[in-house]
Amino acid sequence: MKSCLIVDASKVIRLVARKILEDLEFESEEVADGQSALEACRRRMPSAILLDWNLPVMSGIEFLRALRSLPGGEAPRVLFCTIENDLQHIQDAIKAGADEYIMKPFDSEIIQAKFAQVGLL
Amino acid sequence: MKPDDFAFLSDLVKSRSGLVLTRDKAYLLESRLMPLARKRNMKGVDELVRVLRARRDEGLARDVTEAMTINESFFFRDIEPFDLFRNTVLPIFRKSRADTRSMRIWSAAACCGQEPYTIAMVLKEEAAKLAGWRIEILGTDISGDMVAKARAGVYSQFEVQRGLPITLLVKYFKKQGEMWQIDPSLRAMVQYQEHDLLHDLRPLGRFDVVFCRNVLIYFDPETKTRVLEGIARVMPPDGLLFLGGAETVIGVTDRFKPVPGQRGIFCLNRDPASAAHPESAASGAGAR
Repeated sequence: MKSCLIVDASKVIRLVARKILEDLEFESEEVADGQSALEACRRRMPSAILLDWNLPVMSGIEFLRALRSLPGGEAPRVLFCTIENDLQHIQDAIKAGADEYIMKPFDSEIIQAKFAQVGLL
Repeated sequence: MKPDDFAFLSDLVKSRSGLVLTRDKAYLLESRLMPLARKRNMKGVDELVRVLRARRDEGLARDVTEAMTINESFFFRDIEPFDLFRNTVLPIFRKSRADTRSMRIWSAAACCGQEPYTIAMVLKEEAAKLAGWRIEILGTDISGDMVAKARAGVYSQFEVQRGLPITLLVKYFKKQGEMWQIDPSLRAMVQYQEHDLLHDLRPLGRFDVVFCRNVLIYFDPETKTRVLEGIARVMPPDGLLFLGGAETVIGVTDRFKPVPGQRGIFCLNRDPASAAHPESAASGAGAR
């Protein structure tokens, strides 16, 4: 089964995302900040990471850069999922190694389209 | 559309499906319900609303709801047809049109422009192989509002996230407030025109490739046949037609046949009569 790590400070968003991902047959794990996300990846690399930008402890982009330098850290498809919707943020995300970028608010259709885009559906 | 007609329809759709139609979706109501009105021999959406107000018509209410709850069009809809267009169809025409180096492509249900602009993006990504080529893209839609929106090429955040890879968003769109506008170079590649598929198509010219996806599903069998035969008349003998995933020519017309191994692509049938009735041709031969 494919797995997705959901990284978002909001419990509500994590819940919504988990529901959508479960419908798409992803097994999901939730964390609330970048540091915990990095620890989760050190334990086990997920197939996908749904990543918010603004996070306590370690931001989404800092986490992404750290992840991509880990052994095996290039494997997960990383999809940003954030309220930041200007070109600069998007370009920075791509440069740091993001595979896709979702601008909040999202719905199940967008999640599905983006996961298809990165080849996970 | 009159405001109280809009209110009536949006209440109907909401009570039956939960889908909320905001006022900016009025154009969508009009263009989705027009084929439905026609199917029932009504003049237009006004008459459709009048009928719905006058009596309880469960079938019509259901059809209206269904038409409104179908997803809006999106960029790279279904992905696969555009992969086929890039990897199979373009190479065929690059060879067969090598002498004239020109091609015409028609997006026959352009909606608000997602399909013609997707075709333009594919061509732009293939630009190195198409240097010196003149490729025209025409997008038509029955709704003037849709055509105007397509021409403007301005999309909401929701619209640009359905199907469009983020790398192409960054490359071909500019942010304007909360909206995204497609690059002028892509807008310049597409011509738009308001046109009804049931009218004579010949004034539009001839098209090597026609995209007519997810339109036929709204029509009754006779109308499907009429539209497909109209399209056949504006294609050269080696032209190719793309239909939607749930659409086919089989049992609708013998002017087209599926291209083997290429899902959703159809070519002109050069020998329609015998292909349409192979069994009667065979039994006729046996009787003699």
